[in-house]
This record gives sequence, C-alpha cells and structure tokens, in this order.
Amino acid sequence: MYNPTVARLTYRAVLGRRRAAILFVLPALLLAIAVAVRTFNGVDDQVAADVLGGFALAVMVPLIGVIAGTGAIGPEIDDGSIVYLLAKPVKRPTIIVTKLTVAIAVTMVFSAVPTLIAGFILNGNGQQVAMAYTVAALVASIAYSALFLLLGTVSRHAVVIGLVYALVWETLFGSLVSGARTLSVQQWALSLAERIAGEGLIGSDVGLPTAVALLVGVTAAATWYAGQKLRVLKLAGEE
Amino acid sequence: MSVIDIDHASRWFGNVVAVNDVSMRIGPGVTGLLGPNGAGKSTLINMMGGFLAPSTGAVSLDGQQIWRRESVYREIGIVPEREAMYDFLTGREFVVANAELHGLGKREAQKALATVEMEYAQDRKIATYSKGMRQRVKMASALVHEPSVLLLDEPFNGMDPRQRMQLMDLLRRMGAEGRTVLFSSHILEEVEQLASHIEVIVAGRHAASGDFRRIRRLMTDRPHRYLVRSSDDRALAAALISDPSTAGIEVDMAEGALRIQAVDFLRFTELLPRVAREHSIRLLTVSPSDESLESVFSYLVAA
Ligand SMILES: Nc1ncnc2c1ncn2[C@@H]1O[C@H](COP(=O)(O)OP(=O)(O)OP(=O)(O)O)[C@@H](O)[C@H]1O
Ligand SMILES: [Mg+2]
Repeated sequence: MYNPTVARLTYRAVLGRRRAAILFVLPALLLAIAVAVRTFNGVDDQVAADVLGGFALAVMVPLIGVIAGTGAIGPEIDDGSIVYLLAKPVKRPTIIVTKLTVAIAVTMVFSAVPTLIAGFILNGNGQQVAMAYTVAALVASIAYSALFLLLGTVSRHAVVIGLVYALVWETLFGSLVSGARTLSVQQWALSLAERIAGEGLIGSDVGLPTAVALLVGVTAAATWYAGQKLRVLKLAGEE
Repeated sequence: MSVIDIDHASRWFGNVVAVNDVSMRIGPGVTGLLGPNGAGKSTLINMMGGFLAPSTGAVSLDGQQIWRRESVYREIGIVPEREAMYDFLTGREFVVANAELHGLGKREAQKALATVEMEYAQDRKIATYSKGMRQRVKMASALVHEPSVLLLDEPFNGMDPRQRMQLMDLLRRMGAEGRTVLFSSHILEEVEQLASHIEVIVAGRHAASGDFRRIRRLMTDRPHRYLVRSSDDRALAAALISDPSTAGIEVDMAEGALRIQAVDFLRFTELLPRVAREHSIRLLTVSPSDESLESVFSYLVAA
C-alpha cells in the first residue's frame, strides 16, 4: 500500500511549489507570536492555551493541511501529468495511500512540531498545554490530509473549497452554529487535547468517543473514496 | 503479438460526440491514426490507453477489456499529447521514476534514454527542455519497460526534421520487431512516411482505412472544385463544359465567379489555360476551393 517512488515524486511536488512558502511562513508566524506573548505577557497557562487553540489549531493546522493535502495530488491532475503514474501497473489505492502518507507527514512536521515549540516558549508546557495541542495537531493533520487529498482528487477548485472549509466553516460558522462544531475536525482534535491538559484550560463540544469515531471514520472513508475516484479518473484533453 | 480491438466504440462528452461508433483493429506494425483537429484522435487513444471509458462499445487488448485494469500497462507504453510532466525533475530522474513504477531500475532507464538520444541532457531539469526534448523524454518513459504496444498522440509535434527522422526510424524499428505501434497525426505526409497502415478519422467517425496508396487514391480521385474568375465567365463556361474532365459548372452570381468541378485533375489543369488562350479570355482567379485537409477528409466521410 506504499510506493516509495510515488512518495518521492509527491514530496518534491508538495515542497517544490511556490505555495510551499506558506508551510514555512505560518509556523514562523506562530513562533513569532509565542515569543511576543511570552515577552510582553509573561507565563500564563490560559493565554498559552488560547494562542495555541486560536491560531495554531484553528488556523495554521488546517491551512497547512490544505496546502499539503490538495498539493499532493491536485496540481498533477490539473496539468495531466498524473498520466505518468496512472499508466503504470500500480494499484490506484496504493497511489492514494502513499500520497496520503506524504500529506500527513508534511502536515505533521510543519504544524505539530512548531506547535510543540511554541507551547514550550509560551509556558514551558505547564499544565501539559503544549503537549495537548501537539497531540491535537497530530490528530488533526491526519484527518485534514485525508479530507483535502480527496478534495484535490475530485475538484479543480480544491484549494479554494479547502480554504473555505478550513476558515469559514470551522472557524466562523463553527463559533456561531453549534451543530457545525460536531462536524469539525478541530473540535474532534480538541476533545483529545481536553483530556491531556489541566482542568478547564481546553474545551470541546464533542465527546471523546464520538470524536475518535468521527476521526477514524472520516479519514478512512475519504481515503477509500479518493482511491475509487482515481480508478475512474477521466483525463481531460488539451484545452 | 498484441492486438487492440475497438468494437463499436463511442464516446461523448455532454452532448459533444467525440468518437462515433468506431470499429477498428490495430495489430503489430506501425499504424497511423490520421485526422484533422478535433477529429477524436486523442479521445480514441485515451480509450485505448485506459484513461477513458467508452460510452458504448468496447476497447480491448488481446481480448481483455482495457478500462480499469492497471495490469494492461505492463503491455502498453503511452506518449501523451499533453506537455505537462514533472518539470521539477531532471530527465534522468523522470525516466528512472517511470522505470521504478514498473518495478525496474536505473539500468533500464539509462537504456531508454540512450534509445532516444537524450543522454547529453539527462541531468538538466525538464523545465529547461525544448518541445522536441520533452517529446523524446516522454518517449523514453514509455519505452522503459519495452512494451508490446506503444500509443503515441501527436509524437512529432514540435520536433525539428532531424529529431523527426530519428523518431520515425525508432518507431519503424519497433514496428519491424513485431510491436504494435499506433501514432496520431493530422499531417498526411507524416503518416505516409511512417505508417504501413492508416486509419482515417474525421468528426468522430471512422472514415477510411488502408495503406497509404489507397488513402491517397481516395483523396486524389475525388472531384476537385475550383473557383474561377475571368474576363468572360459565360464564354469560359461554355467552352469548358463540353470536355469530359469537367463534371459540372455553376455560375455564382454573388461571388461573380464560376464554380467548376473537375473529375480528371491532370487533364483539367492542362485544359483550363489552353481554352482560355484559344478564346482570348483572361483568367483573373483560379483557386482550388477545397484544398484544405478538412475538406479532403469531409469528402472521405461523405464517400
Ligand atoms: N474532456 C472533454 N470534455 C468535453 N469535450 C471534449 C473532451 N475531450 C475532447 N472533447 C471534444 O471531443 C472532440 C474530439 O477531441 P479530441 O481531443 O479527441 O480530438 P483530436 O483529434 O485529438 O484533436 P487534436 O488534433 O486537436 O488533438 C472535440 O470536439 C473536443 O472538443
Ligand atoms: Mg488530440
């Protein structure tokens, strides 16, 4: 289910594009915020939790997920170069699972690692806040990658749709309509973080069993469906 | 020995019919798929390459359906029409990756690069390649597993005459080895030079099939149409109509010209200036009104 050649091509495609700059800019911004808050505000567990929850998990992780998830397959489908992968005796699900693995790895490295560092800068992992959000970022990386990889497989407008989902649905809509929160990767990840951090610092609207079931279910379903879609992918002619 | 069978295959996109009830069988040797722009060549090749399902009908390789069977790619090599490839790789990295995806390695990749004479530029990024160089690297990626079927969509596009000759030699050699080689083109001369067998497709329909002599004959024996303007159209028409090389003459009032249909092309080209001289008529315009490839093809379809 994993093809090293597909993985190599995917890494270079994701990291070699201009969009990849966002992968470096967002973590740098997070670290800058952490340093600034620590300098001007000192150590405060609740502030640390708010910064990591409000920026790292709510904004940075989904955005990096969009870049890595859609970037792992979307551009190849758009320009037609995916034909070189498809014209090979390689199982379609293997291509998808490999690309998903790459997208997850990239999202984790560029989101969970900076989250951990920022957490240590903010309050030295007091009350396990850094650890809690790092775990949340790792878990969210998996679900976002799967969702956005599927999006990249089925739509030419994957990046835009992904951004709308990540920012409008999860952040804006989610804070207004409580039903939207149940269907939010961010909330699922938070429900794990809630268990790790000290009492009352992190809250989630979704219970842990539901969150875990949804995380696993959505990731598996999105991956399976992307594999099916790739099997019947039509290659458009020259425009 | 690999044979591709296209059996009453049609393919439509929305309400555009790209391929319309085509049946043909492509066997070993070099076959040319000839047709004007938009004829459906790429659509047909994409169906043979397993990238498109026929809307109706079937496309199979040695009796096995091609669509949704990735194992066919052990037999098939494809050179797509589209330019896009992994531009951020070097030519060598690209061909090696293609070899690995077939379970092969650097040695096979190197051999394929040598076959297309791209070793000299193999360590440059594909982004810096000319069209002809890209075409050859695409070719190397399709050859790397020595497929028994090779499908090439407009492979000579953007090649200079020397590269074209080289690729033609290579394809001829592969055909002679008993491989099934199919390439598309909208240039008759190109197809004639290379293909031992030609399939003509026009507006999605299978228009003609045979060796180049047969196709040529179909094209040149058709009535030729000319648009003629002269100092005295009526007198010219009267003088020409009695000759057996002329099948019909029409006076086009709107154009202020004669529309002449000639059945014997050589005889007519000799007749027209002679008659004009004998009757002291000055010829102002003589233009073939349907010399474009499209009209040649549409004639074939109508036949
Ligand atoms: N994905 C698609 N969606 C809609 N229409 C399509 C699609 N692919 C091809 N067509 C239409 O089908 C017809 C045949 O196209 P095709 O690309 O097969 O022709 P072609 O012979 O390869 O032409 P060319 O010489 O320009 O490459 C055209 O009218 C084209 O517009
Ligand atoms: Mg074409």
